[in-house]
Amino acid sequence: MKKIFFIMTLVLLWGLMVASIVQMPTSGDIENPSYNITTHYYINKSIRDTNAPNIVSAIINDYRAFDTLGEATVLFISIIAGSSVMKNTYGNKKEKKVD
Amino acid sequence: MEILRGIVDNINYIGALTLFVIGLYTVLTHANLLKKVIGINIMETSIFLFFVSIGYLRSAESPIIDPTRADQVFVNPLPSALILTGIVVALSVTVYSLSLIIKIYEEYGTIDLNEIMEMRGNLSDG
Amino acid sequence: MDDLIVRTVTKWIVPFIQVYGIFIILHGHISPGGGFSGGAVLGSSIILITLSLGYKKASGIISHNTSALLESGSIIWYVLIGIVGIISGNNFLTNRGSGFYMGEVGDVISSGMIPLITVAIGIKVASTVITLFHTIIEED
Repeated sequence: MKKIFFIMTLVLLWGLMVASIVQMPTSGDIENPSYNITTHYYINKSIRDTNAPNIVSAIINDYRAFDTLGEATVLFISIIAGSSVMKNTYGNKKEKKVD
Repeated sequence: MEILRGIVDNINYIGALTLFVIGLYTVLTHANLLKKVIGINIMETSIFLFFVSIGYLRSAESPIIDPTRADQVFVNPLPSALILTGIVVALSVTVYSLSLIIKIYEEYGTIDLNEIMEMRGNLSDG
Repeated sequence: MDDLIVRTVTKWIVPFIQVYGIFIILHGHISPGGGFSGGAVLGSSIILITLSLGYKKASGIISHNTSALLESGSIIWYVLIGIVGIISGNNFLTNRGSGFYMGEVGDVISSGMIPLITVAIGIKVASTVITLFHTIIEED
C-alpha cells in the first residue's frame, strides 16, 4: 500500500519534470544558450594562453585553478571527517558505552 | 507531434531524470542504510549526466585541439570541467556516510532502519 | 578472499594498472585524462591489493604515515606553485606571465605549470582514496 503510494508520487514527479524538460532548448544544438561567449573564449584562446591542447585540462588547471585548490581542500576535509568518525581519539570505547 | 519531437531531441535529459527518480525511489522505500547510500549515489550520477548533457553538441569532437587542423568543432568543455567538483563532493559524502553506517552497526548490531527505531523506542520506554 | 586465481592475477596486473595511471597523469594536458582520473586509477590499484592480498601487504607498500605525508605535501606543493605567481608580480596561480617553461604545443614537458599541478592533484587523489579506504577498513 505504502509502496504504491510512493510509486504514484514518483511517477507524478517524473511527469512534471519531463513536462518542463520538453520546453528546454534542443540538446546538441549549437545555438544553445549554454554555448556562449565564455565557451568560445576557452575554445579559441586556450592554445594561445596555456599551450595545452586539452581544453578541459586548461580550464581546471589554469583558468579555474583556484577552484581546483578548493576541490583539494574538500578532499582534505573528507579525510578529516572520516578519521574523526572512525578513530577513537578520546579514551576507551568501553568507557564511552557506560555514559 | 511537437511533444514527441521534444522527447526524442532531449532523450539525454529524460534519461537523467529517470535515473533521478529511480534513485529517489531507492532512498524512499528501502530501510537498509547501505541501499539508501546506493540510491543517493544513483541520484548524484543522474545529476552529472544531466550537467554533461547540457554541453553536448551534435557531430562535434571531444575538446582536444589538433594544431594541424583548423575546422574542428568542439563540444562545450565547461560543464565537464565544472562537474569534477561534484564528483569530488559525491566521493566525500559517500565516505562520510559509510563511516557513520559502520559506527551505527557497531552500536546497534544492525543497519536496518526499522529495527534501529524499535530499539530506540524500547530504550526510551525503559 | 583467499583465492589462488585472484591473488595471482592481482600480482600480474597491478604494475600495468599503475603504469597506466602514471601515463594518464603525465599526459593530462595533451590527451584525455588528468589528475583526478589518473589518481583514481592509481588509488584503485592499491585498493585491489588490499582487497585480494590483505591489509598488511598493502600497508607494507604504502603505510598510513606515508600516504598522509603525500597527501599534505601535494597540497603544499600546489600552493607553492601558486605563490610563484605572486613572487613574480602577478596574481595567484598565473601561468604564462610568471615565467614557467611553455615549450611546444603537444610535448609532455610544456604548457607551464599545468603538468606540475596535474602531478600534484594525481598524488593527492591517489593518496586520499587509499587513506579513506584504509581508514574505513581498519579494525582497531
